[in-house]
Amino acid sequence: MTTTTVSPEQPRTWKQRRSSIIAALGLLPFGVYTILFLGVPALAVVVGAFQSPTGGWTWSNISIASHGVYAHGFVTTIELALVTSIVPGLAGVVIAYAVLTMKGNALRRIVSTASGVFANFGGVPLAFLFIATLGTTGIVTSWLNTLGIDPYQHGFTLFSFIGVSLVYAYFQIPLMILVITPALEGLRPSWREAAEGMGARSWEYWRFVGGPVLFPSFLGGVLLLFGSALSAYATAEALTSGSIALTSIQIGSFLNGNVLAGQQNVGKALGFGLIVVIAVVMVGYSILQRRSSKWLH
Amino acid sequence: MKLRPRAIVSGAAAMTLGLTLSGIVSSTAGAAVNPSKATSAAAFGGLSGLIKAAKKEGTLNVITLPADWANYGNIIKDFSKKYGIKITSENPDGSSQDEINAVNQLKGQSRAPDVLDMGTSFAVTAAQDGLLAPYKVASWASIPSTAKASNADWWDDYGGFVAIGYNSKKITDPPTSFKDLLKPEYKNEVAINGNPTQASAAFSAVYAAALANGGSLGNIQPGIDYFQKLSQEGNFVPVQAGASTVESGQTPIVIWWDYLQASEVASQVPGWKIVIPTDGHYAAYYSQAISATAPHPAAARLWEEYLYSVTGQNLWLQGAARPIELASLVKDKTVDTKAYAALPAAPKGTVKFPTQTQLTAAQTLVTQKWAAATGG
Repeated sequence: MTTTTVSPEQPRTWKQRRSSIIAALGLLPFGVYTILFLGVPALAVVVGAFQSPTGGWTWSNISIASHGVYAHGFVTTIELALVTSIVPGLAGVVIAYAVLTMKGNALRRIVSTASGVFANFGGVPLAFLFIATLGTTGIVTSWLNTLGIDPYQHGFTLFSFIGVSLVYAYFQIPLMILVITPALEGLRPSWREAAEGMGARSWEYWRFVGGPVLFPSFLGGVLLLFGSALSAYATAEALTSGSIALTSIQIGSFLNGNVLAGQQNVGKALGFGLIVVIAVVMVGYSILQRRSSKWLH
Repeated sequence: MKLRPRAIVSGAAAMTLGLTLSGIVSSTAGAAVNPSKATSAAAFGGLSGLIKAAKKEGTLNVITLPADWANYGNIIKDFSKKYGIKITSENPDGSSQDEINAVNQLKGQSRAPDVLDMGTSFAVTAAQDGLLAPYKVASWASIPSTAKASNADWWDDYGGFVAIGYNSKKITDPPTSFKDLLKPEYKNEVAINGNPTQASAAFSAVYAAALANGGSLGNIQPGIDYFQKLSQEGNFVPVQAGASTVESGQTPIVIWWDYLQASEVASQVPGWKIVIPTDGHYAAYYSQAISATAPHPAAARLWEEYLYSVTGQNLWLQGAARPIELASLVKDKTVDTKAYAALPAAPKGTVKFPTQTQLTAAQTLVTQKWAAATGG
């Protein structure tokens, strides 16, 4: 994209042409980066998924990856990604809206800075943070114990599906706040005033005006959260030692482990599976997106 | 340096894998002997010839050797000082698979690893792929025949027993067996070091539990059942245990290699005690090998001679690992008696190791069943 505007009747001057070439050159590093760090590895994963360790073509990796514990892994992974994208997604919208409608700029700035920090916190340090707070001997757990509540007596454990979902919410909610705030800021007060002027109640405004305008952005935000939950790895691994079947952890066992030798291509087949999952979700997303944003144009 | 388009692409592909191009490929000179093909120090005309050739290379590349693991920090320092050879230590916290990947991906570069220290099953696979150079250290005969490849592609180095460690300040009734760990008093207290489908230490804990519960080297299922029970009783904490989880109080009991508990937990947590369980004895050794495409083939061979000298073996022992030639050291009275006495008492009798077939079958079974057995 260029910033210069060209009127149709005048031929493009050399200056204008040069600036558009320079603009295209500006894109080059990004293009090279994408090809090297996304295109080439993705291609290696897809090709490897169909190769035997000796290099011949085979279906066996795909067959292993789509049965038994690996099929179960895909189901659990998709469940976890759905739960930890939709629930924190909704929470993020509510929090971002609450913050935006409050008076005073200080809180807004604090929330957006804090979100930027929390959204990027992850891995083993995050797992350890939760062990130290909500683990069986964690600080918060001990406080609750002194109040006479032991969450571990009521079916809660940090080292399970529910625990991992909670930990993911720690970075998913701030991520949603970051991506949805600009969309919320785009809701013009005059729309609400107009709706109210015509007698709309609050829920009616959200149902017919605010909701539909926000929906495409919300969907985009949830998709981003879905992707980040699908690929998260180190936190879940440190918390559960593989006792929840997650595809990312299973891939780790093949590519990176000390136990399984010589079966990397099954790991690549699992990676290929995740690419397919994301592709399906993307297609669904773009259909929904097109339909929901149609009336806006 | 001028790069042609093709070179840019292949260089870029290497960068994708987290590597950078390095210009110089060391030449394996040497008129009389080709160090890459030497299968013993005799090929250099004895140890002094090997030292001379190694000093000429001046550098040794090692990979995945953490300083606090089996005393490698001191071993690297001592070797460097003794021979004046610089050691480049890459990716200290990497896995066995990372070592194999590095050999494959850095082939022909001066940064490629010279020597490897990996799980035996990885050594076997690497040998099949022709990545290893056969070599026999001077004390080759002291390595038990079950602990080395008959063609000298790899040989075991050090290892230990699966042990139960506990914080004696918190645990008043010390556990001594896998059976003990099922007691209700240890609720939410027992952990292993990682995911058994990924970390060999955790996998070995399952193997030891199998041996304690009526299983065998050919049958790991009782070990999986044991952890299922431990999980149902609420005693098993599926956290990846380490010094930090012990210090936070989340995992006051850990099933892990005895030597790693000694170096990584006992050093941080005063009052950490290590016992080898009375009902399940499982030991494993890592394996040494020289890369067939080592950029410093003489230094690589000297490193092996050093590790299998009395000095090298005792240095491992000082890191609470059991060197493979421990029995001969004890017999010859060359063992470091203080370090030897500090080891947790080893069970009587000879320890049996699984065959490759048994190991592969056990690994496959654990991979299939672990999540279902311990999932909440």
